[in-house]
Amino acid sequence: MKLPILALLATALPLAAHADVTVSDPWVRASILASRPAAAYLTLVSDGDDRLLEASTPVAAEVTVHATEVDEAGLSRMNHVPTVELPAAEAVTFAPGAMHLMLTGLSEKLVEGTSFPLTLRFETAGEVTVDVPVLGVGASGPEGGQR
Amino acid sequence: MTEDPRSRRLKSIQLAIWAGSAAILMAVAGALVWRATTPDPAPQVAFVGEADIRSEFTLTDHTGRAVTDADYAGDWQLVFFGFTNCPDICPTTLAYMASVLDELGPRAEDVAPLFITVDPARDTVPVMAEYVAAFHPRLVGLTGTEAQVAEAAENFRTWYERVEDETAPDGYMMAHQGYMYLMRPDGGFEAVFQEQEQPPEELAETILGHIEDEKGAT
Repeated sequence: MKLPILALLATALPLAAHADVTVSDPWVRASILASRPAAAYLTLVSDGDDRLLEASTPVAAEVTVHATEVDEAGLSRMNHVPTVELPAAEAVTFAPGAMHLMLTGLSEKLVEGTSFPLTLRFETAGEVTVDVPVLGVGASGPEGGQR
Repeated sequence: MTEDPRSRRLKSIQLAIWAGSAAILMAVAGALVWRATTPDPAPQVAFVGEADIRSEFTLTDHTGRAVTDADYAGDWQLVFFGFTNCPDICPTTLAYMASVLDELGPRAEDVAPLFITVDPARDTVPVMAEYVAAFHPRLVGLTGTEAQVAEAAENFRTWYERVEDETAPDGYMMAHQGYMYLMRPDGGFEAVFQEQEQPPEELAETILGHIEDEKGAT
């Protein structure tokens, strides 16, 4: 009698309760001019199917997701991605040359060695705030990144 | 919703396959005709029309000096077209070019690293000055009038276009090719590279190889 209820609970729990999203390796390249947009990179893994709806930070007026796509003529363009799908247990990586969080309207230059909070809002997991370290202008990632 | 979306998708997939097959067929036919009509096999054409690529331009460098390709004649050139409002590919590639220069060490003297903006309206001389200095002391930023930039891009056979995007600063972005061109001291085309293709030390070695080959040939 008890078993089916437990089983039901076990299966229902991940759906009902907030699926957690793990945010790892966030970083942003130091900005050269405050008037130019910055790109933040990170990796998202969600327990269950979820979606990244929006992002915000006190250091920028707006944060939008863009994906760099290269067409057959070799033309790179950045397409605005309104929502990012997060399939369960699948790592979604934001990396140079692929997807990035574009920070526009910076209140000030992002200086190497500092950091700032970035809040991501997910459909199911709700809000997650991470601290984003500012790496050097020539950095290509959090580890193995130069300077 | 009246039409079955699956059959509609199937139709569009079929259409895409047909179009794709037709394009491949035409390309193959074209290649055969080209081969048949070309007397000697061209020395490995890796890049369509690469022989036409010329480093020819009249622009303004980041110090405000009017320059032309003649100012860099005698030097090898590593040339990248981009824009400073580009948050991803451009800083990634320019930082990569800076690493390549560092890897070249003293031999970097033989190579002029040129960053040509495709967004001259916003990338003025002072903007370019501050921007290039952040990457490498030797990086040269080049801007000009819209017509001058268009002419330079045409000579390099590179493409760019303005793309409206309300989430971007000033409501637009520039689509552009993310290639680095290695140009010969006479302004002719030598090779083309992309940042993700190899680590900077490898590209530095490749560039040195091109320079050495040239020295051996003369």
